[in-house]
Amino acid sequence: MTTTTAKETSELFTPEIRAEIDRWIAKYPPEWKQSAVMGALMIVQENNGGWLTTELMDQVAAYLDMPPIAVYEVATFYSMYELKPVGKHKICVCTNVSCMTNKSDLIVEHLENKLGIGFGEVTEDGRFSLKEVECLGACGGAPMMQIGKQYYENLTPEIVDAILEGLE
Amino acid sequence: MANEVCLRTLDLERPWLIEQYQSRGGYQVLKKILSEKTAPDAIIEEVKRSGLRGRGGAGFPTGLKWSFISRNAPGQKYVVCNSDEGEPGTFKDRDILRYNPHQLIEGMVIAGYAIGASRGYNYIRGEFWEPYERFEQALEEAREAGFLGENILGSGFDFELHSHLGAGAYICGEETALLESIEGKKGQPRYKPPFPAHFGLYGCPTIINNTESLASIPMIMEKGGEWFADIGVKNSGGSKLFSISGNINNPGVFEIPMGTPFSELLEMAGGMKDGRKIKAVIPGGSSAPVIPGEQMMALNMDYDSIAGAGSMLGSGAVIVLDDSNCMVKILERMSYFYHEESCGQCTPCREGTGWLYRIVHRIETGQGRQEDLDLLDDVADKISGKTICALGDAAAMPVQGMLRHFRHEFQYHIDHKRCMVGVG
Repeated sequence: MTTTTAKETSELFTPEIRAEIDRWIAKYPPEWKQSAVMGALMIVQENNGGWLTTELMDQVAAYLDMPPIAVYEVATFYSMYELKPVGKHKICVCTNVSCMTNKSDLIVEHLENKLGIGFGEVTEDGRFSLKEVECLGACGGAPMMQIGKQYYENLTPEIVDAILEGLE
Repeated sequence: MANEVCLRTLDLERPWLIEQYQSRGGYQVLKKILSEKTAPDAIIEEVKRSGLRGRGGAGFPTGLKWSFISRNAPGQKYVVCNSDEGEPGTFKDRDILRYNPHQLIEGMVIAGYAIGASRGYNYIRGEFWEPYERFEQALEEAREAGFLGENILGSGFDFELHSHLGAGAYICGEETALLESIEGKKGQPRYKPPFPAHFGLYGCPTIINNTESLASIPMIMEKGGEWFADIGVKNSGGSKLFSISGNINNPGVFEIPMGTPFSELLEMAGGMKDGRKIKAVIPGGSSAPVIPGEQMMALNMDYDSIAGAGSMLGSGAVIVLDDSNCMVKILERMSYFYHEESCGQCTPCREGTGWLYRIVHRIETGQGRQEDLDLLDDVADKISGKTICALGDAAAMPVQGMLRHFRHEFQYHIDHKRCMVGVG
């Protein structure tokens, strides 16, 4: 168990991050602060270059009055939380049936060749990482991928090139 | 007759704005219900009359589900919307959230009024950032216009609604896993009974319905249950959103009457790509057993027609496959999905989905053994019906469907260590 005192809790995170987490807390009954854990982990992850450290998870636990293990359970269960560093741009490519039958393998191959990495890897300069994902619910635009919060649909290798060039 | 219910604002510019929704009569029926103080039971009866069945995939009658709540029981009750759209092939709720979020909000407020709940949550899958932002904006507009919050339109009825964002887990589309997830836990399904109507979110009576189901409510209340039922056919009331994808020219979401011939839907979707032959159709999301193309061409898009062919309408996600597809490869990918997404709680599913994937994988890669097809049948049978939730069945059904209709392709893979389709 964490033994963080109330004073220490108030010093966790920047005021901006705290305000964002508090917005999630406010959505749920006062005795159910734990409901905000998914939102809190997402905010903290975003502010840490896209991945979660144990220390950050412990801080979320302290902030929400949860045992750290309960936070680890959540962070390891859901696929959008990252427990290792990822690229500045996390490229998530769907390879499920509708995308597969619309040649998502060509998109994967193109990205792998272009970036010189495979699924689960990060480019040396830290700009890109590749991740294979399950159906993202945009099968009408297959093949598709997600980078950050954005969906990109009806991909071809040329379109992928243009998208990557447009990223910072 | 298309786009008459959930997509009725789609032809408008920026249809997601409250003024656009109101220009089509949006929020009028809520006003009417609140000012006339319509009896909650009358609302539930109207929904029952509409024949609306759960649009998330299970097809359970929505009105009946609502009637399980003891309206007068003390304490908080909840309305929860399941926008955790994740069944492979399904992409309709995303369009409701993006293009007509106010109709969902209105439907949820009416649902809250009908069951005596003053709070609701909309669980949106974490990857749906754009739909989430649209929905959040709509919530703000609705609050400002007085359709949400305390004492709605001076009626004395309170209803507060928030969205909850998931973080990538197919299992959270299972209703009790979804409730666990809102409670800030791993999304592992609960034992049932008790059902959510008695012990739901935070242990309180809860109704949980799919996005499309709840977004259908305002039109049912405006035009009547009978009007809705009559759009469809017997046992399949109303129109339905079909997400059609695969090897077709014009994939997308089509809101059409239940009972529409599949051949018409395929035509709306532009027909087969490159003039190829239709080989197979997965008619209701990837857990629905596959149906051979020729047989599918004679079926209608309603619960009974598809069930009669040994499959299910599910979420209305239609994946059309042409003759360039190797069915072993298709099943390998689907089995991988269920193995990935099994929550690990029940042994038959946790272990069995791994078995299914590994066996299909070795057949696909030329390592198949003669006894593998019987083994697949056996493993699928040992998962079916032996788990807390339906994910186990969802993993087993596509295997059983494939072996029923395309066993020869699997046998060919085993015998010749290669695919019988040119592309394999």
